[in-house]
Formats: sequence, C-alpha cells, structure tokens
Amino acid sequence: MSRREAPPGAEAPGLDVRLAGRRGGFALDAAFTAPARGVTALFGPSGSGKTSLLRSIAGLVRLAGRVVAGGEVWQEGERFVPPHRRAVGYVFQEASLFAHLTVEANLVYGARRTEGGVDAGLRREVVALLSLAPLLSRSTADLSGGERQRVAIGRAILSRPRLMLMDEPLSGLDHLAKNEILPFLERLGSSLDLPILYVSHDLAEIERLADRIVVVEDGRIRAAGGLNAALTDVGLGFVRDPRAAAVLPARVTAYAAEDGLSELDLCGQSLFVEGIGAAEIGIERRVRIAASDVSLARAPLGPSTILNALRVEIVAIEPGTGAADLAILLALEGAADFTFVAKVTRRSAGRLELAVGDRLFAQIKSVSLATSPMPRSR
Amino acid sequence: MIDTRDIFGALALTLELASVTTLLLLLLGTPLAWWLARSRSWRSDVVGTLVALPLVMPPTVLGFYLLIALGPSGLGGLFGLRSLAFSFPGLVIGSVIYSMPFVVQPVRSAFEAVGDRPLEVAATLRAGPLDRFFTVAVPLARSGFLTGAVLGFAHTVGEFGVVLMIGGNVPGKTRVLSIAIFDYVEQLRFADAHIVAGGMLVFSFLVILAMSRIGRRLGEIAP
Repeated sequence: MSRREAPPGAEAPGLDVRLAGRRGGFALDAAFTAPARGVTALFGPSGSGKTSLLRSIAGLVRLAGRVVAGGEVWQEGERFVPPHRRAVGYVFQEASLFAHLTVEANLVYGARRTEGGVDAGLRREVVALLSLAPLLSRSTADLSGGERQRVAIGRAILSRPRLMLMDEPLSGLDHLAKNEILPFLERLGSSLDLPILYVSHDLAEIERLADRIVVVEDGRIRAAGGLNAALTDVGLGFVRDPRAAAVLPARVTAYAAEDGLSELDLCGQSLFVEGIGAAEIGIERRVRIAASDVSLARAPLGPSTILNALRVEIVAIEPGTGAADLAILLALEGAADFTFVAKVTRRSAGRLELAVGDRLFAQIKSVSLATSPMPRSR
Repeated sequence: MIDTRDIFGALALTLELASVTTLLLLLLGTPLAWWLARSRSWRSDVVGTLVALPLVMPPTVLGFYLLIALGPSGLGGLFGLRSLAFSFPGLVIGSVIYSMPFVVQPVRSAFEAVGDRPLEVAATLRAGPLDRFFTVAVPLARSGFLTGAVLGFAHTVGEFGVVLMIGGNVPGKTRVLSIAIFDYVEQLRFADAHIVAGGMLVFSFLVILAMSRIGRRLGEIAP
C-alpha cells in the first residue's frame, strides 16, 4: 500500500476528514480534524450523523470526500481503501465479541492479521491496562457487559491502529458498568499515542474523557475546538444546561495530609480540592466547576466556609436555564482562555449591577476532579 | 425368502447417492446461500424462488423436465450419450436439484442470523472478505450447515418420485431403497418391504432426534 507521508516539519493533524453524502434520506456534510494525540469527542443528539461519520471514516460505508489518518490517505477522489486495509481500531456500541471464539482468541483476532502478528509486549500492556488477565480463559458468553466492552477495546488496541474510533462504547451499559469502564477509558486517552474519536451524546462522559469536542448537528459540524472553550461557548448553549460546568486543567502543587486537601495551581490562582494524593504533586489534573456551585461577590471573601475564591472578569451575560436565571460567563483574571460559568438569579445580578468587564470574586462551593484518580501503575 | 444381497445393494447405492448429493449441495449451496442472504436485488428473489420450487412442486413434474433435460437433446447429448437418465450421474443431478432447498434454506437463514455486525467487526480487525467469510461467517452459521447437511442427506435418502421418473429401477445403478420398497410391494414380498420400510422409519426418527439434540448443544455453546 502506498503511503503519502506529510512533509517533514509540517504539523499534520492525526486525522483530517471531509465527507459528504446521503445516508438513507439523511444528508451528511462534515469536515473536521483531530490532533495526533488525545480524545476528540463527536458530540450531538441521536440521529445527528455521528455514527455515519465514524462508519465512513472506517470505510464501512462510502461517502464522497477525503479521509487522511496518521499521514495515510484512506480516501481521496476515486481512491478508497477498503476497511480491512485501514489501520483503525473500532469499538462498537455493543461489544461485538465473536461468539465462536474464546476471549483470548477474540483479543488477538486483529493482531494476528497485522504485519508482524501479535506483539507480546503490547499484549501484556493491554492486558494490564484493561485488567483482562482474569477474563482470558473465560467464555465470551460468561462476561458482563462491562467486561465484554473491555475485551473489545483491548482487541482494537492490539490491532495496532493509527486511529481509534469509539461509538458510544458506554451507552449499552448500566451505571455500575459505566463507572467500572470510565477509568480505563481515561487512561487510554493519556497512554495511547494516536487520535481517538469518541462518539457520545452524554456530556458527563465527554467532560471526563475529551480533550477536544466536535459538535455535530443534522449531519453538519456546528463547532469544533477545545473542550472547555466549547463548554463555555455561549453560542453553543451548554452554558444554559442545568448541569452546565467547566473543565479546566490545574497543576497539583501541594498536599496536606492532615485534612486530605490538595492545593492546585489554576493559572496562577490557588484551588483546594480533595481526592488527590501526595504522589501526584506536579501532575496536571482536570477540575470540574459546576455553574450552579459558583456565586459572585464584589468584595474578597470574608469569614466563610467556602474555601475557593478566584479573581475573575465577566466576559458575557446570557439568559440562563430558567426565566429567573442568568448564565454569567467568567474568565480568570489575566487568563482569557480559562473560562467558566456562574449561574445566578436575575435579581442578584441586578442588585450587584453586574456588567461585562466587571472584575469580581467567584466563590466556588465545590470543585471536583473531572477524572478518576490516576492509576498507580504508570 | 429374503434376498439380503438385493437389499444391501440398494442400501449401498442409496448411501452413496445421498453422500455425493450432500457434498455437492454443501459446495454449491454455500455460495448460493451466502448470496441469497446478503443480496437485496430482485434477481436474488427470483433465484430464491427457483431454489424453493421443489418444496411445493410434485416430484413427477421435476422428474419429467429432468428426463427431457438429461436426454439426447439436453445434457446427455452434450456428453455424447443418448441420455444421462437411468444412470447414477443422472440421479445425482436430479437429487441435487430436488434436495437443494433443504440445504440452502437453513444455511441462508443461518447466514442471515449472523448479520452484518460480526463481519464489520472483522473488517475493522484487518480481515479481508474471504478471511471474514471463513473465520467469522461460516463458524457462526455452523448450526445451519449441520441442519442443512442432515436434512439434505435424509431428504435424498427418502426421495422417490424424481428417482422413479429419471432413474427407473436398474439394480446397482439406480435402484435405491425407496424404489426397492415400491418394488417389493408390487411383487407382494411384504417381508422384504417390512425390513426396508422399518429401517427407513428408524433412520428418519434418528435423524430428527439427532438434529434437535445438535441444535440444543449448539444453542448452549453459542448465545
């Protein structure tokens, strides 16, 4: 297979997609890119074309356009590489394990068909990463939904893909199984050196997993960008959601063993969060700030039980969830990219005479970690 | 006086015919069943109907047309013979056509039950079309193959009308068990008829029983 590599020096995206066509009375016209590393979420309501996009990137269906993954042209003009010649790891909505094969045989089905066969080292890593060791000797029929999905993910990684495509891998699972798998997925994003496209219509999942988000609506791309930029983009409407939240990166700077709180540096300001150990000092974690936990004050924090207060500036004032609400878009002082939202009543906003450009203090009742604790083995 | 040589000759011929027919049906029927299961064109509807015709047609109708088709102006002429009828190859051709639906239908249904998803999964795991067919579609459809093989074999053993029309009653060449029974009854040799008929009854019972057992076993293994 001929490979067209990107010229040296050029920062080629991990994935470059431009696809258009009709799928059963539904028009799709989408163009987006994903970086060479990290999780890009394809977000949108059911039936917006996310799965069709994923299927045509894998070559399972053919739309007109162009697909370039990891510098390799999979589709362009008349050229159409069939799905089995695309180094793609596809995790379907329901874990489609082969019922006639054992867990072990399922796991290496794709790897055995790659150049060089099963990579023993990678196999060990995948078994460890997804805790598959106790499952290997079991029959696929005896696995729980979460276990099946873990095997399916492992099987995809072992086929050494240049691109991972995950189509709502958690949607068929119950709450418990979801929570069992999410930490594994969080680990994937940081440990795999390839682009991951993650389809979901669940914002909570995306807040935990995604680095970037591509918003799909009626077969078109409505917006694409960094996760927090999208979450706090007033045009996209996430800020009006009753569960609106921002997800920001913060570096762990200190840990107090006596009360279990850690201090994090959020672009020069301090945040106190529980649930991080001393071992993670120096590591960057994602914190989640829910709009309903943020209140605003003109003066610095007096005596209060609230620990976290940040100096902010009002960027925009938007209608909120209900008629009595406003969504106040804030940026950290001196850091226009670090935006989050405060949900306040119209009455309070009127009383404080809030206006765009005002500098004030955001008091945050609770700051939580957006992701699970880091795995010890890494 | 029971002529065991006579009965064993007919038995051996019957088993040979049924084995060759089943083997040919699996070879020809599998790609046909695959195409019928996956194609949604009107052509596949027409072919599917043709394959199913022996289910409802009187065997004598099929036998009559086969007699003509195998004759000097048909296949027989092609092979430089007067006719392929009244010969073992002629019987095989007739049996293959007559038992076709009993093999193609279960295999086709099994392929349809496998669905697109496992094949798509295999494709994303680098398996090419033939690879997917042999390592995913066929193993997942194995109960259909087993059912088809057993039904095809049993149905060939039991066929009568078509054999009578194109095979006649040549001992050692075309005289199979079902014809032998008819023969014995005509000659009032009821003891011989009893042995063969009783044997066939037991055989049929065992075939159906084995099929339901196999179906249950496979059902336990595969979800």
